[in-house]
Amino acid sequence: MDSRNLKSGKSKELVSKLLEGDRLAAARLISIIEDDSVESSDIVREIFPHTGRAYRIGVTGPPGVGKSTLVDRLTVTLRGEGVTVGIIAVDPTSPFSGGALLGDRVRMTDIGMDDGVFIRSMATRGNLGGLAKTTSDVADVFDAFGKDVILFETVGVGQSELDIVEAADTTVVVLVPESGDSVQAMKAGLMEIADIFVVNKADREGADNAVREIEVILDMTSDQEGWTVPVLKTVAHEGDGVDALRRIIDQHYRYLASKEKLAEKRRKRVRAATVGIVQEKLHSRVWNDPRIEEFLKKRVDEITTGNGTPHSAAEEILHMVGFYNHSECMKGEQ
Amino acid sequence: MAQKIRVLVAKPGLDGHDRGAKVIAAALRDAGMEVIYTGLHQTPEMVVEAALQEDVDVIGLSILSGAHMTVFPRVMSLLNEKGLDNVLLTGGGIIPQKDMDALERMGVGKLFGPGTPTTEIIEYIRSSVAH
Ligand SMILES: Nc1nc2c(ncn2[C@@H]2O[C@H](COP(=O)(O)OP(=O)(O)O)[C@@H](O)[C@H]2O)c(=O)[nH]1
Ligand SMILES: [Mg+2]
Repeated sequence: MDSRNLKSGKSKELVSKLLEGDRLAAARLISIIEDDSVESSDIVREIFPHTGRAYRIGVTGPPGVGKSTLVDRLTVTLRGEGVTVGIIAVDPTSPFSGGALLGDRVRMTDIGMDDGVFIRSMATRGNLGGLAKTTSDVADVFDAFGKDVILFETVGVGQSELDIVEAADTTVVVLVPESGDSVQAMKAGLMEIADIFVVNKADREGADNAVREIEVILDMTSDQEGWTVPVLKTVAHEGDGVDALRRIIDQHYRYLASKEKLAEKRRKRVRAATVGIVQEKLHSRVWNDPRIEEFLKKRVDEITTGNGTPHSAAEEILHMVGFYNHSECMKGEQ
Repeated sequence: MAQKIRVLVAKPGLDGHDRGAKVIAAALRDAGMEVIYTGLHQTPEMVVEAALQEDVDVIGLSILSGAHMTVFPRVMSLLNEKGLDNVLLTGGGIIPQKDMDALERMGVGKLFGPGTPTTEIIEYIRSSVAH
């Protein structure tokens, strides 16, 4: 048996342990997927038939608004109903060092020792959309592991929160009462992605104003047919408003289920995953070929001194990797 | 994608100071590691459960309260119990040399006194974690 077969034998064993509820196996599988190792696609293939049961909830918003605290309390509520929970807390990787400081567990101490909860901190590892490239696959691990609900916590500040919308069935956007926050959120595109709005830290001044402000903006921007985006107040560290949030999430679930939108979400997710894999493979086919890098270097020098164009060089590269040659394309995959 | 070194940094015990732990956590992040910071008042059970879920390579405990001779052995035995034998357990605090030696004999890694340059700790972790 060569080393590749040995490894895939190991992944198979880990997957069957996962399906039996082994926490250590779950943790290891998540790492293998996160590291994008060669066994990763084998694992995803193995677990995929066991996914599709978990309900996926995204919690996003600017840093410090209380997302982790809210996730903690929401999980306590869910656990009270006997619902099991997998949490994926995503924080950005530092573009300078490649490292990351993942501190969300600090606010999740109520649930850290609960057998029905599994918390995993994830760094974005260079991905721009607020999630890591592999976050959805990690959610699939939790799904196959039998978690009823998967909660994603992501930092949402920029234009790029579409990832979370794709990954989650229900997206909760969290803000605080401070004036201007909601206008900022509108500019950043957070209004369009929210299924539910939460104004946390409602113990502070201005919460009612913030709610009204958000409702006004939502009137202008939101266009989900049959669903009026609710705006809730919470005081997460006291647990106030968390039961209401739980009920609204359930209402949103029922809305999605009744309109066939859940199935549509899943289709979109499967589609995005497929497109992602194709893009990844095409990309690595071109850029993992050492000939190409060398060729490109040479051509860049020539182009900048007046010979050729980026287009002509690109065409040559595509020829080199067999983009125009069907039989050569097939050969590479055997 | 290269594998990242994942480190759990925790502050067991009752005292309320975690500045040292936070400084270390930031330094390890700046050295390119993924640091899971769990904060204050962590019991050995909480530390090991978090280490399991996060699949870390290293646990770094900051202990100033003098409880090192109870906390480190307890974490060590929980790690073995849960099948996490590959995790490097290290840390820092005000720990007498003879205690350090005793802990090392139990399988605990190198322990660092206050004021140890973070570069030394980073180097130690890098060379100990064989990926
Ligand atoms: N006053 C107040 N503080 C809160 C509330 N919820 C969370 N916090 C505090 O806000 C800080 C940031 O919370 P955290 O959950 O880490 O925010 P995140 O960065 O959005 O995940 C912590 O100190 C929390 O204790 C709240 O409802 N009111
Ligand atoms: Mg957080």
